[in-house]
Amino acid sequence: MVEERFMPNVSMTVNGVAVSANVDSRTLLAQFVRDNLHLTGTHIGCDTSQCGACVVHVDGRAVKSCTTLAVSCEGASVTTIEGIGTPDHLHPMQAAFRENHGLQCGFCTPGMIMSAIDIVNRKGNSLDEHTIREELEGNICRCTGYHNIVKAVSAGAQAMSGK
Amino acid sequence: MHAFSYHSPKTVRQAASLLGKSDDAKLLAGGQTLLPTMKQRLASPTHLVDLGKVEGLASIEQKGRNIVIGAMTCHADVATSAVVLQAIPALAALAGGIGDAQVRNRGTIGGSLANNDPAADYPSAALALNATIVTNKRKIPADQYFAGMFATSLEEGEIITKVSFPIPSKAAYEKFPNPASRYALVGVFVAKKGADVRAAVTGAGSDGVFRSAEVEAALKARFNPKALDGVKVSAKGLNGDIHASADYRAHLIPVIAKRAVTKAVAKA
Ligand SMILES: Cc1cc2nc3c(=O)[nH]c(=O)nc-3n(C[C@H](O)[C@H](O)[C@H](O)COP(=O)(O)OP(=O)(O)OC[C@H]3O[C@@H](n4cnc5c(N)ncnc54)[C@H](O)[C@@H]3O)c2cc1C
Ligand code: FES
Ligand code: FES
Repeated sequence: MVEERFMPNVSMTVNGVAVSANVDSRTLLAQFVRDNLHLTGTHIGCDTSQCGACVVHVDGRAVKSCTTLAVSCEGASVTTIEGIGTPDHLHPMQAAFRENHGLQCGFCTPGMIMSAIDIVNRKGNSLDEHTIREELEGNICRCTGYHNIVKAVSAGAQAMSGK
Repeated sequence: MHAFSYHSPKTVRQAASLLGKSDDAKLLAGGQTLLPTMKQRLASPTHLVDLGKVEGLASIEQKGRNIVIGAMTCHADVATSAVVLQAIPALAALAGGIGDAQVRNRGTIGGSLANNDPAADYPSAALALNATIVTNKRKIPADQYFAGMFATSLEEGEIITKVSFPIPSKAAYEKFPNPASRYALVGVFVAKKGADVRAAVTGAGSDGVFRSAEVEAALKARFNPKALDGVKVSAKGLNGDIHASADYRAHLIPVIAKRAVTKAVAKA
């Protein structure tokens, strides 16, 4: 049926929970988690795939959820900022951002943290400043001037080794 | 974004037949170029054929004296592949310098070569390494593949399945990135294989990627950075835009080529 292809069904696991829905084929993964699942920690900061406020993990890899179709994630395992910690039990990277003043308005922070965890997963727990700055290429912050973000990522990376 | 009907074929054959059913069907690979373009309504395909679930398109292997990379292999996988790092480290380095970490996790070699953005990185590697672009229909030598800005010799409904790169004896890529977009203002890939030397330039040509006759002639005489001292490249046919004038790009080509050759000989 043609209609099915405009409103396909998609099933995936989000933060460990199986979800399934019929969505407009245009639905971006960012819209899916925000509008369908009400996980609004994933932000949308640009129209050009550049800011990284929308970063989530798909099958363990950081991607820009504003530049990924929800339907392309059929069968995938997705982790959003809501999936890594709770207000009472922050993820070490979240705690490090708080301790190091790695945020001001906080809009970029969910994406920064998801990217930071991905950097640690790929590059290990001791990250030098140059590596962190290079690896955060795809995350833009309009407030902090990055300095404390870099400190936070470095501290969070070390804290993650003790997890 | 305009509405489209979504297809997720399991084989290249199914994908080709879906593409053939409509003039307005488009392939979706990593979506890192196509989805932003669709969001801006610069593209509005009525059918989207997603290659993401097609089996056997994401692979990297050495076959004889070639490295063969499946079209759906993402940039991050090429950048970190032990096979590529060993045989053509310049190609791994190029892939690792595309965009940002998230773009590298989804963007693919097939998508990049099909798109042939005049400032994209991969086209320079394909041209300088004398790669063969393998499609569901034929094998296209890189020299016959690139056909101007955003244009290739791919026909309607033709699907890139893999890219085969002959292993060079020496190679390196160097780019001068635009500080904002990180796309190459000028990027030069140099490669030496036996007596053959090829130098492909991206970011600068108004017809997209091209081989620089001036740089190649100098490097054929001697594959050494000093060989490029005093080499002048004409600004004719080069891009001038808000980012840089054609003259500036012409000046940058031998400068960047020299840095690439320095890297290439240092590695050997
Ligand atoms: C923020 C950002 C920064 C970037 N920076 C760079 C950079 O520095 N250097 C660079 O080179 N690129 C850069 N890119 C582009 C990126 O590399 C894209 O991934 C790439 O150009 C397209 O690959 P894709 O897999 O995403 O293709 P898609 O966007 O899915 O497709 C692109 C086009 O190719 C066609 N296509 C895809 N696969 C095939 C196939 N197998 N056979 C035939 N046709 C096919 C599609 O129909 C479409 O027309 C950047 C992108 C973004 C969003
Ligand atoms: S919202 Fe995804 S990159 Fe800006
Ligand atoms: S803290 Fe405001 S955008 Fe980064």
